[in-house]
Amino acid sequence: MKALLARDLALALRAGGGFGLGLAFFLIVTVLVPLSVGPQSELLARIAPGLLWLGALLACLLSLDRLLALDWEDGTLDLLATSPLPLEAALSVKALAHWITTGLPLVLAAPVLGVLLNLPAPGFFWLVISLLLGTPALSVIGSFGAALTVGVKRGGLLMSLLVLPLYVPTLIFGAEVARRGAVGMETQTPLLMLAGITLGVIAIMPFASAAALRVNLR
Amino acid sequence: MSVTEPKTQPKRPSGFWSYANPVKFLALSERILPTLWWLSVICLAVGLIWGFFFTPDDFRQGSTVKIIYLHVPSALMAINAWFMMLVASLIWIVRRHHVSALAAKAAAPVGVVMTLIALVTGAIWGQPMWGTWWAWDPRLTSFLILFLFYLGYIALWEAIEDPDTAADLTSVLCLVGSVFAVLSRYAVNFWNQGLHQGASLSLDKEENVADVFYFPLLVAIAGFVLLFLALVLYRTGTEIRLRRTRALLAREARL
Repeated sequence: MKALLARDLALALRAGGGFGLGLAFFLIVTVLVPLSVGPQSELLARIAPGLLWLGALLACLLSLDRLLALDWEDGTLDLLATSPLPLEAALSVKALAHWITTGLPLVLAAPVLGVLLNLPAPGFFWLVISLLLGTPALSVIGSFGAALTVGVKRGGLLMSLLVLPLYVPTLIFGAEVARRGAVGMETQTPLLMLAGITLGVIAIMPFASAAALRVNLR
Repeated sequence: MSVTEPKTQPKRPSGFWSYANPVKFLALSERILPTLWWLSVICLAVGLIWGFFFTPDDFRQGSTVKIIYLHVPSALMAINAWFMMLVASLIWIVRRHHVSALAAKAAAPVGVVMTLIALVTGAIWGQPMWGTWWAWDPRLTSFLILFLFYLGYIALWEAIEDPDTAADLTSVLCLVGSVFAVLSRYAVNFWNQGLHQGASLSLDKEENVADVFYFPLLVAIAGFVLLFLALVLYRTGTEIRLRRTRALLAREARL
């Protein structure tokens, strides 16, 4: 498992691995928002938590096709499926690698982009906390979408259509934590719900993903 | 080379499961389909005409209340169609009956149309009553999300060529989607307070809509249920024949 994690991380970090593309996308979305809704700082401050969450979610979504597609093309997935490591574990590791290379940088970059959107001071802490708790769920749910569509050529749009509805609960609770934090309300309830979703998804989703991937590898 | 006959015949499935055999399923559905069509048409006609022309106007809502005869049954069927797809997907995963997978596939477009009818009639009613076509109310929002789930499910069926792979993947998606649809429902409830009134009908409540509206509504609901059953049976039959035709064509091409 460690070897697989190290391999996935190395592949993502090397040239052509696409590391940083998600970050750049996140930055661009954040820059485009004031250009589209206008530069009034109080308006931006109000919508900043939700927008940063949405940007992080989209950046995560766009990097999903790299999660399995390359390994599918060169046959690595077939090897993984026949290896003694259960496919569920392999997919969990792949989701973890995806989170380390996409989710974690997004979490770290979010406060900087928060400055651009005039996020209120108490919001920074809660934004980071909510993204830190929520982005693993995005990666794990995304691995399910990737496993479903790995056999479809040019399945990017299809995957968005499948994955985005599944992101709804995570987005609602995550953005709610950030929003409540930014205006100084109590955040415990949505935070617990978000943590619950993330933990539940980490526990159960790999089985669904592995089932889908097995069908595709048949 | 001779094929040896098995000494004992394998036990034939009987009762409900015997209809997993496409031939028996088609025979049965052909026998009951005309009755179903007629019953649903009669129920819909009676329910809607009774509802539209022979019930009084509501004292506050005026005649707009009558959209209830389309709105409530279609909303009900939109949810139940997904539920039926969930059951059919489970049967496909567990027992590998092709008819079941095809029934789930056949139900999805019907369900999506029901969802659309519910959303559109709701918007038409909401315009004069709430003063807006659309509000981000929990019920409305979760219906929109359900609509997206339907679209994803149908798109996945369309995208995959091999029918068995498609059936497997859509079944898994249906199971996972059901869990997330329920989660979204509660998340959305948490996210915004509602404008929509509570349930119009429930079995355990003292107070439902008044009787004058209630009985035609029940007839209309029965009509929608029968219509849904008829459509799904009909479409499943079409899917079975389509697959058979493809198999014949493939055999022909091989010869």
